[in-house]
Amino acid sequence: MTARIVLQQADITRALTRISHEILESNRGSRGLVLLGIPTRGVVLADRLGAILDQIEPWSGAVGALDVTMYRDDLAKNPTRAPSPTSIPEDGIDGKTVVLVDDVLYSGRTIRAALDALSDLGRPRAVRLAVLVDRGHRELPIRADFVGKNLPTSVEERINVRLEETDGTDEVTIE
Amino acid sequence: MRHLLSTRDLDRDTAVGILDVAADMADVATREVKKLPTLRGKTVVNLFFEDSTRTRVSFEVAAKRLSADVINFSAKGSSISKGESLKDTAQTLAAMGADAVVIRHGSSGAPRVLADSGWIDAGIVNAGDGTHEHPTQALLDAFTMRRRLHGNAARGKDLNGLRVTIVGDVLHSRVARSNVWLLGALGASVRIVAPATLLPMGIEEWPVEVGYDLDEAMDAGPDVVMMLRIQAERMSAAFFPTAREYSRQWGLDDERAARLPAGSIVMHPGPMNRGLEISAGAADSARSVVLEQVANGVSIRMAVLYLLLSGTGEVGA
Repeated sequence: MTARIVLQQADITRALTRISHEILESNRGSRGLVLLGIPTRGVVLADRLGAILDQIEPWSGAVGALDVTMYRDDLAKNPTRAPSPTSIPEDGIDGKTVVLVDDVLYSGRTIRAALDALSDLGRPRAVRLAVLVDRGHRELPIRADFVGKNLPTSVEERINVRLEETDGTDEVTIE
Repeated sequence: MRHLLSTRDLDRDTAVGILDVAADMADVATREVKKLPTLRGKTVVNLFFEDSTRTRVSFEVAAKRLSADVINFSAKGSSISKGESLKDTAQTLAAMGADAVVIRHGSSGAPRVLADSGWIDAGIVNAGDGTHEHPTQALLDAFTMRRRLHGNAARGKDLNGLRVTIVGDVLHSRVARSNVWLLGALGASVRIVAPATLLPMGIEEWPVEVGYDLDEAMDAGPDVVMMLRIQAERMSAAFFPTAREYSRQWGLDDERAARLPAGSIVMHPGPMNRGLEISAGAADSARSVVLEQVANGVSIRMAVLYLLLSGTGEVGA
């Protein structure tokens, strides 16, 4: 099966810029914002969102990473995963508005794990979810607040998100 | 990873991988909720045929932080003292549904027997077998060295170029053996200093440099000095004339510790014989990382239990 490009570099940048504005709008500024990327590509996206937010208005939030490996419900069914580092702002997440950032939203199980991981780290005021691609097929009652692109897919298809920082190129393909 | 029996089985990448996972586990200890749900529903049995405080407690804390159930089983006060064999004990544990067995045994090779026998299907972790190996101790030592060497940027790095001097009773020391193989795999260079009577047969085959003079070794300015415990309980013959003579020749006293270059660290696997192989001054000095070793032990054991018990066996991305 051949891969078809659905988002190119400019599309990704535009989507992230729009999401940044939406985040600022819903939060009424960047006060108390914490963007937490879910490894691997969510961390890259969170960094980019942070950089864009910084350009839009004076940025008083923080960017970090949240590893969910140890909270997954499919650990026993897959090869052992090596965890990634978690980095949380110095002053914690208590009372903050946490925006979880991931590349693809699919079954929702990763986000379920992220919510569990988050509750062991503190008690945020609110938790939001930003994803670059929402491909449907949810298995849990979870939805994204900020979506780059809704991509109706079949379960057999594969969505590949490639980013400059991790893969050397910016594109989203479907195969 | 199916079992952890010997550091000889670990190549550089596997060892670095374990240290990286341990670094993530170490972060858990700094959080408010010091617990992960990862091994919920798994049972870890601590099967200890020899006395131990820190290793057993360390494994227990590690398993509990990962939400596993822990059963402590020591030879004293169990059916072992009635003469039950290792085979029957293993089969009993298997029937009770143990997922991992952490075993310490006085006989070298007992964990290997347990792993290869087919008596039990659980993952086996060697927590010290006779005078053979103590892999988690070597891993936590390497982890401690790596943190000192690379600080927060340690992820993915080995110990290339580090100069480690191991001093003392190498003959009876499983810690020394495990460390020699692991440090070799991680690229450190190891020098062993001991009285000739406390060196094992065949040490010329080891990937180490052997010396007999501690003062000379101190003057060489090693990055790490690892003191080994004088194991009175394993000594059936006289290996040195008196404790005082040993201490004078091969003990790390205040004066020798002071001669080490700035930044060098002093390690000891514990329990320490203060005044014998290490002076109280050296043990409590700023160079000493003994307590760091204990804290890192929990992280390493969490990493090992995680790698053993989660997943279908093979390591993936």
